[in-house]
Amino acid sequence: MAETVVQISGHIIDSLILPKVLDLIVSLGAEFEILDIQVGHRRSDRSHARIKIEAPSPDLLDHVLAKIREHGALPERVEEESVQIEAAPLDGVFPDCFYATTNLETWVRLEQQWIPVESIEMDCGIRVNPSTRKAQCVPMHRVKNGDLVVVGQRGVKVVPLERQQPGAPFEFMASPVSTEQPKGLLIREIAESMQRVRRHNGRILVVAGPGLVHTGASKYLAGLIENGYVQVLFAGNGLAVHDMESDLYGTSLGVYVDKKIRASEGHEHHLWTINRIRRAGGIRQAVEQGLIRKGIFYSCVKNGVEFVLAGSIRDDGPLPDVITDTLQAQDLMREKARGVSFALMIATTLHAIATGNLLPASVKTVCVDINPAVVTKLTDRGTFQALGLVTDVEPFLRELCSDLELDVVCSS
Amino acid sequence: MCPPSYYGIEYEINPWMKRNRQSDAALASRQWNELRRVLAEKLPAEIQLIDAVPKLPDMVFTANAGLVWQNKFIVSNFRHEVRRAEAPHFAQWFRARGFEIVYLPEKYYFEGEGDLLRCGELWFAGYHIRSDMMAHQKVAEIVDREILSLELTSGWFYHLDTCFCPLSEQTALFYPPAFDDYAKTVLEEHIPDLIPVPAQEAERFACNAVVGDNDVVMNTGCPLARKKLESRGFNVYETPLDEFLKAGGSAKCLTLIMG
Repeated sequence: MAETVVQISGHIIDSLILPKVLDLIVSLGAEFEILDIQVGHRRSDRSHARIKIEAPSPDLLDHVLAKIREHGALPERVEEESVQIEAAPLDGVFPDCFYATTNLETWVRLEQQWIPVESIEMDCGIRVNPSTRKAQCVPMHRVKNGDLVVVGQRGVKVVPLERQQPGAPFEFMASPVSTEQPKGLLIREIAESMQRVRRHNGRILVVAGPGLVHTGASKYLAGLIENGYVQVLFAGNGLAVHDMESDLYGTSLGVYVDKKIRASEGHEHHLWTINRIRRAGGIRQAVEQGLIRKGIFYSCVKNGVEFVLAGSIRDDGPLPDVITDTLQAQDLMREKARGVSFALMIATTLHAIATGNLLPASVKTVCVDINPAVVTKLTDRGTFQALGLVTDVEPFLRELCSDLELDVVCSS
Repeated sequence: MCPPSYYGIEYEINPWMKRNRQSDAALASRQWNELRRVLAEKLPAEIQLIDAVPKLPDMVFTANAGLVWQNKFIVSNFRHEVRRAEAPHFAQWFRARGFEIVYLPEKYYFEGEGDLLRCGELWFAGYHIRSDMMAHQKVAEIVDREILSLELTSGWFYHLDTCFCPLSEQTALFYPPAFDDYAKTVLEEHIPDLIPVPAQEAERFACNAVVGDNDVVMNTGCPLARKKLESRGFNVYETPLDEFLKAGGSAKCLTLIMG
């Protein structure tokens, strides 16, 4: 919602200008509230009214303001201020006091017009092109010397997320982390949200950590992928290695997934897996060569689901698919996260936070972890829209698949 | 009044104006002189003249120059660039005759008496096409009178004086389609005897008449309006002004009331 206060004075009662302005506001799709009104006593006395206008979006508010201005209703702040812009001094360096973005829908005022900021994400800057009248969210490392960047707070408007309807899924954002929620109900609501997203051809992003494999939940994630509930997967080296280790050796980090016992010299399975995939040339090649025959990444390759594996300093190997340049990984994640409307983060801290940083607040985000601190951390770092579910991931995914009525038969 | 020495259709700022439909200078001059004679003899009015200025063809329409109020002359801020140069000539003329010259903020368009007419104690203002609402609020402060703003909706009737003609405190001619619904309601609520003019006579500028105490001077070809006015006891004098209709003006546009 966008709002502003206008005032109108003159002989606005007898000339029906006030009712006309109010009618106009409503007919254009906005709402008004008369804050105060003083009616003149003598004929020559002027009347005066202050009217608060609320519109669903800043551009509609602009449109309403432009229309009612013709009838003498003017904003209290006569001209809204334009953004201040300054040129970036170097590649990868913003001007001092640059405006740091939030993950909320943002607009900037340029030459008396509100312009939406494209590709909004938190902790970036806003690059403005006055000739094309475009504003774009830009991460620090992508700004170029001379780019015009918004500085200060003037002429920047942030649109808060609308309150959810009571009873709607994600209403429980108010108390996002709880170990004592009725989980069955929450999971059913998550399933319904995912079904809704897919009915409208929306994209679902899954961010997953290796714990998923240790707990024997791979088959459920593979089931979600097989059934079209995942359009893009973000993870690290670990998830992919454990997933393929369990296919090649039946173990995850050397522990038999189905028997919960340590394999003799099991730690070697992990490294052998990496080595074999490196020898194959990568995950896709390993699947195509018939080396990998089931699992999360097998399903990704077979179903054309994109995945981004971002590297870390403690990675073994890593797999050839892992992007070791963090900025490059961030950019690719940024690109693949575009158009996502639902994000499910399972058993991962770093990748969840990294992804949360890239997502606009409008993306419904669910974070599932056995550790409540993970969800807290995610929301504390700005992904406040995240709904946290504190539970082991295996029962979560099992129930989610059951609510989605997926017949998951493959065994890990 | 301003003689039509440089009058012509040199640009198009309203739907009446067509540069390929030029006015006849000699005929325009004859029609203007005849109007001046009728006003002087029939109202009778004392007429003062301002010199015409080359390249200002619409200066002949003095009603748009501004508004005379007591010893003040409120100068117009013309909406169209092509007419803006008229304003200093009128300001100078009034200053030379002892009037206090009042300027409105430049950002508000105001086209003088073309959009501001008195009906007894009430003042009506037309806005949206040529004059701005805000200008009339400023004028209301200066004259300390109630001004009721009426939204004009037709480009053909771009000034209030092309579609509304107050005759007395009780009576006025008007052309309803030129106003929005709110404006029509305002007129109906404030003027007991509101006489609608049919389209064919509105297009002959029946509403653009000069009104004296009991006399009305208007263009020819408005028999219904004439009949209605005569039935109310007005004397109606018709004088042909077709050459000025080509620029979207008639009797009233050619005069500025000074008192």
